[in-house]
Amino acid sequence: MADGLRGRAIEKARELNDRLRGSQVMESILRPGSPFKKGYADTPRNRSYVVMNNVLYHLHPVKVKRHGVKLSYTLCLGGLSFFLFILLTITGIFLMFYYTPTENRAYVDIQALSTSVAFGSLVRNMHRWGAHLMVLSVFLHMSRVFYHGAYKPPREFNWVVGVVLLLLTLLLSFSGYLLPWDQLAYWAVTVGSNMAGFVPVMGAQVKFLLLASVEVSAATLLRFYVLHVLFFPFVIVIFMAVHFWRVRKDGGVSGPL
Amino acid sequence: MTEIPESLLRRSAEAKAKALGIPVEQVLAEMRGEVPTAPAASPPVQDVSREVPAAEQPEPVVSRESEVASSEPEPEESRKAEAGSAEPEVEAEQEAPTAAVATAVMEPEVAPAPPSGNGSGNGKQAAVVSPRPVAPPTGLPEGVRTQRLLTVVKARAIQQVKAEPTDKVNTWPHLMIAELTALMAVTALLLVMSAVLQAPLLDPANPNATPNPSKAPWYFLGLQELLSYFDPQIAGVTVPTLVGMIGFMAVPFVDRNPSTRPSDRKFAIMLYTFFMAGAATLTIFGVLFRGRGFNFAYPWQDGIFFDDIKDWVFFEE
Ligand code: HEM
Repeated sequence: MADGLRGRAIEKARELNDRLRGSQVMESILRPGSPFKKGYADTPRNRSYVVMNNVLYHLHPVKVKRHGVKLSYTLCLGGLSFFLFILLTITGIFLMFYYTPTENRAYVDIQALSTSVAFGSLVRNMHRWGAHLMVLSVFLHMSRVFYHGAYKPPREFNWVVGVVLLLLTLLLSFSGYLLPWDQLAYWAVTVGSNMAGFVPVMGAQVKFLLLASVEVSAATLLRFYVLHVLFFPFVIVIFMAVHFWRVRKDGGVSGPL
Repeated sequence: MTEIPESLLRRSAEAKAKALGIPVEQVLAEMRGEVPTAPAASPPVQDVSREVPAAEQPEPVVSRESEVASSEPEPEESRKAEAGSAEPEVEAEQEAPTAAVATAVMEPEVAPAPPSGNGSGNGKQAAVVSPRPVAPPTGLPEGVRTQRLLTVVKARAIQQVKAEPTDKVNTWPHLMIAELTALMAVTALLLVMSAVLQAPLLDPANPNATPNPSKAPWYFLGLQELLSYFDPQIAGVTVPTLVGMIGFMAVPFVDRNPSTRPSDRKFAIMLYTFFMAGAATLTIFGVLFRGRGFNFAYPWQDGIFFDDIKDWVFFEE
């Protein structure tokens, strides 16, 4: 009796699932070969379609070298750097809703995140630790590339792009560091930008350009904010696009040692 | 089959006439099949010209046959013409080619050496070369043409189709499953970390109250450490910009050793390891062993002066 009921319920659920997946709306969204499509079969052709008929084709080729798939080769570090960047973008957008880049509001807004915003504290922590992790994973990625000699022809240029990515990652992290506008933020950025001030001949000018004033101030806060949420992400995305594209054009992940 | 436009035919005929040193009209006539010249030995018929850009079919595909066909290059002429020539065996006895061009032709029905049994319906494509135009094959009903000219393929393109066999797997699922796993693992790690560890928020910024010590973000602390040893003009500028940026970008151009085997690159590996270990040591030193006034401090005695992890560890103030 109970079994019959359950069986019928399962059957109904299947039917509904089939109807939904076979509906015109889903048909229009899913391209041929999507694993979510009605009647997907795990065939070699469909495996190709999953990538080829998909926006993913912009990132991945249909087939990759077998050894490149081994986790022990890339340790997925480049992929993780990218993924952390995505996570940082998502959490960062959340933070932007609650943050004002002014001298009076910045600190209070960050404080309010942990007291009066749902998940505010968690998201802020994710953004902060995620940023540290990204710096770390980019460094590790660079080291793995070096130890594999993966910068050798034809991949020299992608290494150069990578160095730019490393620099941008550091800049992103550094510019974000100031935003909480607490003592840690203020003085870390002061010390950091003092180093930039040691550029010969035009040190003072460089520092002024960076800080928008002689020392860290409200103008610096606004400048760092715009750099952090708009300029650096914009530039790094462009360089990442070139980076990923070159990985493919240079023949995929480099060969085994 | 659609006709090859007159202008194209003419252009290729002119080129061929020039190469052979015969009148254009004669070549044209040959091309149109009005003056059959060569003995039609066997079915494969080749349209030949120096540059026949006919294109009834969208994509010329060089098939396996073409590789076979191009495996016997004619030494001198082909190189001169920058278009390699090679002949299927059936044509071996014919006169030596003077200017050969590889052409891809379509064979609806008959093929000299069918590589597989599939193609006849949609037509197989082959790149074949012959020194001379050949008349429509004998033994076939009149009006039946067995091949269509698709396009002209540079011989080099044909000869270099040998792709190295590589061991490849489908991106889906083999790579993407691994990526998804890594993605979920790092998300989980970050979530747990963020639930447990509180990000620091000290007192509001106060330009008049310099904390002691003042430390840069951790990834710059190695530099700050260096800065405390050297003249700022050296540590603050030369080290980060020159060594850091230019030096790092130049790595692939300085390291000319083509090998990627670790045993062949001992020096490079040593240098990098040395550099990274140095940076890590300086950073750890700056993070943990610098106390008030950026003076040396034992973390277990004087406490840790690193506010990023202020809320993780118990401080002895
Ligand atoms: C935001 C930072 C970066 C991201 C998101 C990123 C992403 C990636 C990804 C996804 C790959 C594919 C293979 C793998 O996962 O290891 C890759 C390969 C590569 N990356 Fe990066 N990367 C970054 C920074 C760097 C840096 C700092 C360098 C070097 C200075 C670098 C140099 C290279 C090179 C040479 C390759 C080709 C490696 C090979 O073929 O084995 N990248 N990168």
